[in-house]
Amino acid sequence: MRHALTAAVLLLLACNPAAAADRPTGEEVLARIDENMYVDHAVTRSTMIVHARSGTRTITSRSWRKGKDNSFVEYLSPARERGKKMLRLGDKLWNYAPEPEDRIIAISGHLLRQSVMGSDLSYEDVTENTELVEKYDAAVVGEEEIEGRACWVVEMTAKVPDVAYHSRKIWVDEERWLALREERFARSGKLLKTTRITEVFRTDGRWYPRRMVFKDALARGDGTEFIIDDIDFETEVPDYLLTKAALRK
Amino acid sequence: MLIPRLATRNILGVGLRTWLNAIVLSLVFVLIIWVQGVLEGMARYAKDARIDFEIGGGMYWHEAYDPYDPLTFEDAHGPLPPAVAALVDRGEATPMLVATGAIFPEGRIRGVVLRGIDPGQRIIDIPSRFLAADGGGAIPAMIGEQMARQTRLGVGDYVTVRWRDAGGTFDADDIRIVQIMQAASPSVDVGQIWLPLERMREMFRAPGEASVAVIGTGVADPPEAGGGWAFHDLDDLLADIEELIRMKSNSANIVYGLLLFMGLLAVFDTQVLAIWRRRREIGTLVALGMRRATVVGLFTLEGAMHGVLALLLGAVYGVPLLWLSRVRGLPMPEMAGDWGIAIPPALYPYYGLRLVVATTLIVLVTVTIVSYLPASKISRMRPTDALRGKAS
Repeated sequence: MRHALTAAVLLLLACNPAAAADRPTGEEVLARIDENMYVDHAVTRSTMIVHARSGTRTITSRSWRKGKDNSFVEYLSPARERGKKMLRLGDKLWNYAPEPEDRIIAISGHLLRQSVMGSDLSYEDVTENTELVEKYDAAVVGEEEIEGRACWVVEMTAKVPDVAYHSRKIWVDEERWLALREERFARSGKLLKTTRITEVFRTDGRWYPRRMVFKDALARGDGTEFIIDDIDFETEVPDYLLTKAALRK
Repeated sequence: MLIPRLATRNILGVGLRTWLNAIVLSLVFVLIIWVQGVLEGMARYAKDARIDFEIGGGMYWHEAYDPYDPLTFEDAHGPLPPAVAALVDRGEATPMLVATGAIFPEGRIRGVVLRGIDPGQRIIDIPSRFLAADGGGAIPAMIGEQMARQTRLGVGDYVTVRWRDAGGTFDADDIRIVQIMQAASPSVDVGQIWLPLERMREMFRAPGEASVAVIGTGVADPPEAGGGWAFHDLDDLLADIEELIRMKSNSANIVYGLLLFMGLLAVFDTQVLAIWRRRREIGTLVALGMRRATVVGLFTLEGAMHGVLALLLGAVYGVPLLWLSRVRGLPMPEMAGDWGIAIPPALYPYYGLRLVVATTLIVLVTVTIVSYLPASKISRMRPTDALRGKAS
């Protein structure tokens, strides 16, 4: 009896042209997220707090981002990480460590999906600035409330082979176009990673995440907090910074 | 025959000092043979284990495959070249797909190497038949004893494995441990998870592909593979074990040198003392017409007989001891598995004829040289001075 009632309600909703008209398509939602999140250039100061089984580590960094895949990150603290740098140009990434032997290590291909400093974030997570709409097909499958905010529930499936996650499910704030919750899945359907935006701020006419929590769903631990302390969309990123020579400066 | 008889009578007449020298030298002699035998036994075991469990009669590698660099594995796979595929069809080779992944036992992440193998293969001693078992809804998997100990996984346990397919997309699934194998070679045990080949090809979306192919030990003249695949023979594949044993042997040589030096020092000292004490005898022998070279020969032979006595003495207690260690084996500590090569629970030393002959010659030749050096002084002695008890 309950199933029959549910089916009838769903049928009514489906036949309601007003409801269908209000609901954006998955592609529209992704386009709005991309529009909100994509930055042409930005200088960011951020803090990463890794809650691992062995304890908590706090790492601060400053990053310069330009275009989709070009970024430069310099670690500021703790003392052990200070001076380490990371340069991403397209699908290539270089890590620089001043100690103990002033070395630059090239990382490319699938290694971009490795964990950064034992955190729940991958190099790709830290440096990625690509547009979701290019990589995923999406469908809005419902509407839910997350921490008092009305959200579209969107299911995304990869439409290109070279993506880290085969499918994703996101809860997108209907007004601010931020994915407040996200679940990332393997091809098999197993949940691999979750992200949560726990604090947002308004800057430069857009809403942006202030504090996010990334969690590897397969590993124990309380995840990794990623906090944007400061972001500047005005300052131009100088070209010399996006070169390998800048790693040793 | 006069000189050997005289020499024998002289050194036996010295008594305790002769026997002390012989005992020290015999200890060095037996110790060298024992340690070298242990190293040789270790090398033989490690090589046999690797041949039996991993490399068979040789391997074909995909051009990008480098077993020492797991970062190469993601690109190191492709279809088997026709010549290798023909060997597989004839049952003379078995393909293997090798890739990296991660498992999460008790929520801890651990990097692993995944190896896909045909459950029906008979080329190597991996008990792959267990991989034909039902995984109970998960992928059947097999690990070695050391891996089971390190990850605390047992038969019937489920664990999640995560990997990236050929396109780089993350994927994950549960595997079920269907067998813990006793793998003599740590390279097929530590950090390794064995999966059914076809299932692994599906996981990595690499149908019909492999990273390596192992040929049987009976395959003579393996054909050229082509297509970027290269054949690696046993000399090539066992070079790291040879190198490791050579390094250990070189370290041991320093110890042998020190021990031998101490033994030889005792002989040298005995010779110097004998010549100084017996200078009147030397003068008398020369005055009576014995050639100086003959006197030098007499004293050299006396010294060298310490070596002969040492060999005889060493044989008396060494042969039973070495034989016992050869038959019963030497128990090895559990942590020996971390040395990087296959170490058995009990190590059986191998004493080859070459080892015994070479060690015998080293002891005899060095003792003879050390005996000659003080004795050569006799040829410069004046008989008149010697008779008066002077030594120039």
